[in-house]
Amino acid sequence: MLIPHPLLGLRDAQEFTYLGDAALLNRPDGLTAPEAFNDYVYLRDNPAGVHRELWFHEQGDRSWLIVTRNTLTHDILGVELARDVALGAKGAK
Amino acid sequence: MRYSAFRVLKEALTGHKGWQPLWRNPDPKPAYDYVIVGGGGHGLATAYYLARTFRKARIAVLEKSWLGSGNIGRNTTIIRSNYLLPGNEPFYEFSMKLWENLEQEFNFNAMVSQRGILNLIHTDGQRDAYRRRGNAMLLAGADAELLDQAQVRDMAPFLNFDNARFPIKGGLLQRRAGTARHDGVAWGYARGADLAGVDLIQNCEVTGFRIAGGRVQGVETSRGYIGAGKVGVAVAGSTSRVMAQAGMRLPIESHVLQAFVSEGLKPTIPGVITFGAGHFYVSQSDKGGLVFGGDIDGYNSYAQRGNMPVIEDVAEGGMALMPMIGRARLLRIWGGIMDMSMDGSPIIDRTPVEGLYLNAGWCYGGFKATPASGYAFAHLLATDTPHDTARAYRLDRFNRGYVIDEKGMGAQPNLH
Repeated sequence: MLIPHPLLGLRDAQEFTYLGDAALLNRPDGLTAPEAFNDYVYLRDNPAGVHRELWFHEQGDRSWLIVTRNTLTHDILGVELARDVALGAKGAK
Repeated sequence: MRYSAFRVLKEALTGHKGWQPLWRNPDPKPAYDYVIVGGGGHGLATAYYLARTFRKARIAVLEKSWLGSGNIGRNTTIIRSNYLLPGNEPFYEFSMKLWENLEQEFNFNAMVSQRGILNLIHTDGQRDAYRRRGNAMLLAGADAELLDQAQVRDMAPFLNFDNARFPIKGGLLQRRAGTARHDGVAWGYARGADLAGVDLIQNCEVTGFRIAGGRVQGVETSRGYIGAGKVGVAVAGSTSRVMAQAGMRLPIESHVLQAFVSEGLKPTIPGVITFGAGHFYVSQSDKGGLVFGGDIDGYNSYAQRGNMPVIEDVAEGGMALMPMIGRARLLRIWGGIMDMSMDGSPIIDRTPVEGLYLNAGWCYGGFKATPASGYAFAHLLATDTPHDTARAYRLDRFNRGYVIDEKGMGAQPNLH
């Protein structure tokens, strides 16, 4: 599997470590209800099909990426820098 | 029909005309007392024990494809009970004891072979950890022996004992562990369940649950609506997809695990050998193929096939452990979809929907658990109380802080 890094071009997936669903970017703050934290830490949508997920370029430029990937075929449909997505979400608020 | 040596002899003399199909192929009835979703190892074992041990009732198993078409036919066939934690070890030892009598019980050759499993030790710290694990196994009534280097050398002289990074210093041996014929297990349970009156319904995909007033009424399927008193779901690999139809989000990610088998070779490997430090384990099938594997690929997948980096990693592990494996040619590689739970341990429990029960989260360890999983799930379905050895496998244990995390990895499924 090759991941098209927005800055570095096609990189081998072996250079990355995988964290999971990109929804993990939206961490609840410390004042939220315990149930919301339980859902954040333990529950996952786990879809068969299109999945947005966090990959860390550990053996590369150490940037976090959001890769949109089909879990049924392993096709990669899009890649963004997680930083851009997180800042974009903050700017939108 | 009962299988026996006498029967084989009789059929041999009469032209093998008396053999019959192992099970009927019935159409679904409008309603059942119990509907088991998933005709794999765990679903078939559940139906078997429910019908045989717990109660006479109308029972159906619904399978979207053919029986045993999922992970029961895609694993590396290892049976063992060498776990550490008190929530796990009694359950897996119960499973081991069921394996030991399985073939006599369901009158089918599952080729259960107690050829032993050897976990290799490379450091003092690892020896301490395995000594502790061995003691935990003995406390739960299992067997365990700590071997020194000379004893390991007697068993497996072909290993690379002087690897610079991971020299072999000893091992933890469970002699009662071993392998079984994975398809045979599914067929044996299916035949046994069918003989006890269970309807095994193939090509019948569950497409939805009918729920009214917080209670399950039945399931919508590709072959029409089927009413049910109780529904048990045992569809590891696809659990999130099926349970989403009941509106549930689960502490599970689906990951792909690859397995490998070489061409047939003369008997070489005694039992199962695991090289945890190098992410590699190997055994030899009765046909002679070296059956081996390593870690999961590590990303969400429903594809039943993996990628090259893990194949390379497993091959490197094999070469580091037993350099002679480099002379064997690889015959097949395949992948199976694992229900990776958030603590690496399974779930056998009721759900918030009354009458709907869940058997899931087996990670890459479901095969060895097949008998106990079926027994415990049948116990839960029949009595509404958990089996003694499966009390820790609650669905809400994550919320309550009672995770069963053998490796202490936290809520990160690709590290379990």
